[in-house]
Amino acid sequence: MAQKVLVPCSSSSSCGNVQFSPSRVHTQAIAFGGGLSQSSSRKNKSLALKAVAAKGETSAPVTAKSGHEILLFDALREGLEEEMARDPTVCVMGEDVGHYGGSYKVTKGLAEKFGDLRVLDTPICENSFTGMGIGAAMTGLRTVVEGMNMGFLLLAYNQISNNAGMLHYTSGGQFKIPVVIRGPGGVGKQLGAEHSQRLESYFQSVPGLQMVACSTPYNAKGLMKAAIRSDNPVILYEHVLLYNLKERIPDEEYVLCLEEAELVRPGKDITILTYSRMRHFVLQAAKTLVERGYDPEIIDIRSLKPFDLFTIGNSIKKTHKVLIVEECMRTGGIGASLRAAIVDNFWDFLDGRPECLSSQDVPTPYAATLEDATVVQPAQIIVKVEQMLQGLI
Amino acid sequence: MLDFPGAKAAFTSRMEFISPNAAEAVPCFRILDDLGRALDGSDIPEIDSSLAVKMYHTMVRLQTFDSIFYEAQRQGRISFYLTNIGEEALNVASAAALTKDDVVFPQYREHGVLMWRGFTLDEFANQCFSNEDGHGKGRQMPIHYGSEKLNYFTISSPIATQLPHAVGAAYGLKMDRKNACAVTYFGDGGSSEGDFHAACNFAAVLEAPVLFVCRNNGYAISTPACEQYKGKHAIQLLAGRGYGMTSIRVDGNDALAVFKAVSAARKLAVEQSKPVLIEAMTYRVGHHSTSDDSTKYRSGEEIAHWRSVRDPVLRFRRWLESNAWWSVEDEKELRGAARKEVISAMNQAEKKNKPPLSELFTDVYDTLPRNLLEQEATLRDTVSKNPPSLAPH
Repeated sequence: MAQKVLVPCSSSSSCGNVQFSPSRVHTQAIAFGGGLSQSSSRKNKSLALKAVAAKGETSAPVTAKSGHEILLFDALREGLEEEMARDPTVCVMGEDVGHYGGSYKVTKGLAEKFGDLRVLDTPICENSFTGMGIGAAMTGLRTVVEGMNMGFLLLAYNQISNNAGMLHYTSGGQFKIPVVIRGPGGVGKQLGAEHSQRLESYFQSVPGLQMVACSTPYNAKGLMKAAIRSDNPVILYEHVLLYNLKERIPDEEYVLCLEEAELVRPGKDITILTYSRMRHFVLQAAKTLVERGYDPEIIDIRSLKPFDLFTIGNSIKKTHKVLIVEECMRTGGIGASLRAAIVDNFWDFLDGRPECLSSQDVPTPYAATLEDATVVQPAQIIVKVEQMLQGLI
Repeated sequence: MLDFPGAKAAFTSRMEFISPNAAEAVPCFRILDDLGRALDGSDIPEIDSSLAVKMYHTMVRLQTFDSIFYEAQRQGRISFYLTNIGEEALNVASAAALTKDDVVFPQYREHGVLMWRGFTLDEFANQCFSNEDGHGKGRQMPIHYGSEKLNYFTISSPIATQLPHAVGAAYGLKMDRKNACAVTYFGDGGSSEGDFHAACNFAAVLEAPVLFVCRNNGYAISTPACEQYKGKHAIQLLAGRGYGMTSIRVDGNDALAVFKAVSAARKLAVEQSKPVLIEAMTYRVGHHSTSDDSTKYRSGEEIAHWRSVRDPVLRFRRWLESNAWWSVEDEKELRGAARKEVISAMNQAEKKNKPPLSELFTDVYDTLPRNLLEQEATLRDTVSKNPPSLAPH
């Protein structure tokens, strides 16, 4: 069976000897309409979004009157509900997801609507219900496994790595594992070390897995839908402090591309790469930086595995300076891998070392002052960017 | 009566601890005695001569394959092998009691189940030699078979990880109301893994149609059963009454008893959507694998006794002969033919090419991402600049 590389959606650009093109596109048209959603570039809100429209209608721009306001946890729920309504093989399993509606309300109301078999409350054993999700996925269902906190999924590491990541390969392509593993992670407000894990660090090395991180209601819904439709095992990272973020999202159906990064703010002075909660800290720092006359280009990388080197590369070619802002620890995090990838691929375009702001290599402490000191803050971002743009480092 | 949420029970004023040692061990169901004669009062299951002979053929073919391929490893022709010797009746009789729609999640000592379902000697040999015709595309160790067509899920080495998969598959079957169940095999050693306990508990709580078949063969590599678990009843009572599951202990070396018990268990599982535990007592005659020398931890006399006097294949043969369904001439002819077929399959498989380099990168995901395309290009470049021994074909 020949493996083919899908045709890129936008024109590829070449930089030097290396040809880069977007690594993946959808080939599936959305069930209700004709077009694909290419909303990776929400450069500014006045641009029309190519949301998928129902047959016969043209796409409508999101103005102040259209769309609906929603909180992030509800956007996740909306995406999940739409996919469950569209495809009867989609089901959810985890602790307290059914009758309770989920610890963070992502599955609220779904058990009432779809039955408590499709939204299944399981006994407490992460390795087992993750394994169950994998077994069900191998036999024709599309399972969404919820970890109550991402950190607990460390108990399911074997199933995620040796089975979800591996069985498609070791079976010679006979069995596929279309499972979505999701849950809240990241550093919260004084939740203690075991509830403040950044699992993207630990899982990024596992071949066969895809990883995406949502950061806004808009991309949360779009990524949830895309992850469910993917035939690969996908880990969807949500952040425990972003569930109540509010945003207006389209009424029309849309699905995002799992492998695409999001250009949040175009600029020419420096490329800032970030994801999840740190996106918002970067935006906060950017307000001050813009006031001071700087022009940062901000990219929410969204796809943690694989990296969208097309979008990232285009930016670096323009700005020649890179700062990564992450919540992972210094050692072995997403920032560490992203720096290596940037050095490997874009060395000739860099004016200086790719910089990275990360958490320290310590477990997250409980005391508020200590905890705040382990998370990169907007003030640090401002200082770092100024140092880089003034040539001080 | 006390009515806690956790249990409704009569109360007592006498403080009495429950001893872990009950009066007698759970009895073991058998139909044939050690010499293959039906015991008084036995209820022979309905097996006609063609089914019985087919079962015997498969057992002999399995035995022959095991002995020749074990030797092949000793001669350095394959790197690893693991036999089913002593468990042929358990493998084949349990498989014969299932339908082809029942999904099997094996541990690794169940080649006979796959053979019964129709995996050919060529297919077995191709996998062991990791050649380009193997279903696993050369990605797994020998004996890690998998066949989507035959509903036999690709083997993953870590112990008991397949048990939650079986529960997940059963969950899917229950949702589809299919006339089928999931069946999973594991050893006495596997019953110590966390996944075993969680899977049993989940299956019982969720009422999933899954058969848990424990091949209690007395040893987990060098660990004897008495060091694996405490108490005479461990696996049987623990998983059975302990987790709220119907269970039975059966003589795993009695093909008729295994056939009858598995048939009945399957009926219960499918009709009532409930899990059933079958603890099949047997003996691992061979070493754990070619990486083991079991004479280091058990006596040669013990092995010889079980290999000869307690051979389940011979026991079944005696029963066939007592029905005049088998003769000495038949035996000679079958053994000769089986040997020829296995050797021929081995020689063919050995001659074939190994999988091409492209198969190193396919099936990690559903399509090839950019990083793997780059890595493949780099590898091909390295190989082309090096001596022919590294050249791809």
